[in-house]
Amino acid sequence: MDNILSIVTFIPAIAAGILALFLHGDDVAAQRNAKWIALLATTVTFLVSIGIYTSFDPSNTGFQMVEEGQWLMGLKYKMGVDGISVLFVLLTTFIMPLTILASWNVTDRVKEYMVAFLLLETLMLGVFMALDLVLFYLFFEAGLIPMFLIIGIWGGKERIYASFKFFLYTFLGSVLMLVAMVTMYADAGTTDIPALMTHQFSSEGFSVLGVYVVGGLQTLMFLAFFASFAVKMPMWPVHTWLPDAHVQAPTAGSVVLAAILLKMGGYGFLRFSLPMFPVGSAVMTDVVLWMSAIAVVYTSLVALVQEDMKKLIAYSSVAHMGFVTMGIFAATQQGVDGAIFQMLSHGFISAALFLCVGVIYDRMHTRDIEAYGGLVIRMPAYALVFMLFTMANVGLPGTSGFVGEFLTLMGTFQKNTWVTAVAATGVIFSAGYALWLYRRVVFGDLIKESLKSMTDMSTRERLIFAPLIVMTILLGVYPSLVTDVIGNSTAALISNYDTALAAAEAATQTAASH
Amino acid sequence: MIQADLTIILPEIILAIYAMVALIGAVYTTKDALAPVLVWTTAGLMALLSFWIATNGDGTNVAFNGMFVDDGFARFAKVAILLSAAAVLVMSQDYMSRRDLLRFEFPLLVALAAVGMMMMVSAGDLMSLYMGLELQSLALYVVAALRRDSAKSTEAGLKYFVLGALSSGLLLYGASLVYGFTGTTLFSGIIQTVQVGDVSVGLLFGLIFLISGLAFKVSAVPFHMWTPDVYEGSPTPITAFFATAPKVAAMALFARLMHDAFGGVVKDWQQVIVLLSVLSMLLGAVAAIGQRDIKRLMAYSSIAHMGYALIGLAAGTELGIKSMLMYLAIYVTMNIGTFAFILMMERDGKPVTDIDALRQYSKRDPGKALAVLILMFSLAGVPPMLGFFAKFGVWQAGVSAGLTGLVIVSAISSVIGAFYYLRIVFYMYFGAENEDPIETRSSPVLWVALMGSAAVMLIGVFYQFGIEGAAAAAAATLVN
Repeated sequence: MDNILSIVTFIPAIAAGILALFLHGDDVAAQRNAKWIALLATTVTFLVSIGIYTSFDPSNTGFQMVEEGQWLMGLKYKMGVDGISVLFVLLTTFIMPLTILASWNVTDRVKEYMVAFLLLETLMLGVFMALDLVLFYLFFEAGLIPMFLIIGIWGGKERIYASFKFFLYTFLGSVLMLVAMVTMYADAGTTDIPALMTHQFSSEGFSVLGVYVVGGLQTLMFLAFFASFAVKMPMWPVHTWLPDAHVQAPTAGSVVLAAILLKMGGYGFLRFSLPMFPVGSAVMTDVVLWMSAIAVVYTSLVALVQEDMKKLIAYSSVAHMGFVTMGIFAATQQGVDGAIFQMLSHGFISAALFLCVGVIYDRMHTRDIEAYGGLVIRMPAYALVFMLFTMANVGLPGTSGFVGEFLTLMGTFQKNTWVTAVAATGVIFSAGYALWLYRRVVFGDLIKESLKSMTDMSTRERLIFAPLIVMTILLGVYPSLVTDVIGNSTAALISNYDTALAAAEAATQTAASH
Repeated sequence: MIQADLTIILPEIILAIYAMVALIGAVYTTKDALAPVLVWTTAGLMALLSFWIATNGDGTNVAFNGMFVDDGFARFAKVAILLSAAAVLVMSQDYMSRRDLLRFEFPLLVALAAVGMMMMVSAGDLMSLYMGLELQSLALYVVAALRRDSAKSTEAGLKYFVLGALSSGLLLYGASLVYGFTGTTLFSGIIQTVQVGDVSVGLLFGLIFLISGLAFKVSAVPFHMWTPDVYEGSPTPITAFFATAPKVAAMALFARLMHDAFGGVVKDWQQVIVLLSVLSMLLGAVAAIGQRDIKRLMAYSSIAHMGYALIGLAAGTELGIKSMLMYLAIYVTMNIGTFAFILMMERDGKPVTDIDALRQYSKRDPGKALAVLILMFSLAGVPPMLGFFAKFGVWQAGVSAGLTGLVIVSAISSVIGAFYYLRIVFYMYFGAENEDPIETRSSPVLWVALMGSAAVMLIGVFYQFGIEGAAAAAAATLVN
């Protein structure tokens, strides 16, 4: 299959089109059909995407399975994967069937709901595979539309505020990135991502409005991309849209948001910022590292005092993403490997935690921690699952959460000891808020009347969690599964980054000696 | 000689003669009973002429000693003008006849305005520029006040007329200064004087007055004050007309004047256009936030969109003109779809323009709601809709001309502007239920216009109907 990437990307979109055009009515039968078609489409996408994994060659650090064609306005339709992106593609196709399963109880406008999720899957997959700047931007930005509708239509009480905040926040970041992309196009004359990676953007300092910019064009471009990816990540202090969006989104929306959409920011740093603007990245490294460390500690403390379960997990996501940005900008092999690992592992763990909240929310229709307590008595299986993912979130050795945090801390330690020391305290805080949440919800006496009739997880719910449990433990005990795939690509990324920095350093020294 | 000249302006002559013959015919026969027929024949004639212009035109032809220029640029603009005018005409027929507004003068005034616009985009001389502009404007003043028994409509017409006359005065004053300092009114003569040596202060003064007069016609800030009132006061089909063809004509005329007469001294007028563009984008984005009336909202939206299109003009390059033409073509298509929907909005047969009435509209009519959603995201410039490619084009032109600051301002204002487009989507899809929902009566024509325009916005991701090549060719003939 020559165009397996396009096939994988567009299966969900085609299914969405079929749903939108040929499924009529809103009775029970139509709703059931919509759910089954969506589940079928996402499952087929996952099965086909395994083909990408098996034909991927980890020893090749370039882009593989590349497809190329002419597009509009001198742009190209170009798709491809390398070691950095291939696992994100699989993560997306893996998570989507689970989110469809988790939405089985939706009753309001089911067809539109499924269409929105299927379109979202196409757009997310496109982000990880696009090898043309504008194509990337198109997928990156278009994803806002279905997510805006998902939060807005199927969200909670404050959904309007949350959906607008989500859209406008991310839109502002992205248009600045688009301006930088247009500048790159004007500077390099191409929008081809592999070609841009080898293009040298000027790093000669100049003044803008009286402010001297070290690293010149590269720093400005870095900042423009940073505006977009930092919001998407999200990094402190531009993370405030995330708790709102998470709390108001329906369970499946939160899962997609946490497991996949947040990863686009980290992916963007690895795809654009480090390889294309090495000097700009180096100039900003200290700032980003400290922002990450602050994010880890600050949002962990904020998580500690939350009364809403989803909000707590949302803040914990921000903290975990802090480890990711720290690892990326440490720009060491362990740091970047750890960051990718952490993103994948967070994809499974945060998805599972939001699903855990969804399980009891479906029964009680509240997310207040206060409303729960003593669930272990009526729901032993649930208590076990929730405990596993709480521990994984804390970073217990043996779960995937540990590997990611450990690698990023180790990678950063080689570059900046203080940042690592501060961030390491976050590990303790995360144990604090996660265990305390678990204690308040699951343990204690079952005194609340309303909880006494709770039922344990249904087969459908167990089925959703099973693959996530397997992945969390598997990656925890056998991390090479990931690091073997990404290792060569990240090594190439780091060596290119170091070479570019050394060259820039040499150039400034020659210039200074003259 | 005269025969060759007449051949070149044949499309204009045909349309003008048609309008006058039809006018006399209708006056002496059945008057308004003939109006629906006239609407369709006028639209049909315009479509035919645009087809003729698109297929038959070749090279650059100059008529009447340079007063009239027929080149690729003019032809591109004429096709856009004629097609959008024809579309608006057929869209308005049902709306106007049901409200007893359809007078036989309406299609003929639109036809005369179209002749004026065709004259404008082909102007090669300050005199023919003014003739075209006034022919267009006078026809527009009258149609704005078409609803004689409505205070708002007559107010709109009067306001438009007074401010329009003022702007014509500015323009004429500028033209006289330019003539005084260059000794000619021909664009080809002006550019020769301009390119030799420095531009004198007097000439610069005249140029600024010319720009002010034209900025009024494209409703660029700070000459935009008439736009919201006229848009709101005029009957909706006429608002739809104002928002489409005259905008294309005025922008094209703007570009022609700047490049044909002042092409060598881009630096002298670039900063003025940049200022107009920045103010239009920001005001269009901010002022629309508070609007509850969808027609006023679209007025501010059109001000902002003209600001984006002006980026292409400010670039002063071939790429800039190309992106501006594409922007205009895409903008007109989006607006035709949006106004087709606004024309459908009614309650008990009365037109409704309050956006509050759209609450939960998607539950009542999912198909149309989806089309409007696509149009709104396209107007906001969110990919994958075609509106994004329009913005991408002008930004690309802006950055390559070194106007990065302008592009950044436009990026920020497009985020602010996204808010009010999103709000319409929000009302339709997840606003609270409204006790008093609207009905949308869809005549087949309106339905086709709405769905067609939404479909074009989506198909634009794969295929842009050859408009890019045409715009590139048109830009090449203007900037050489």
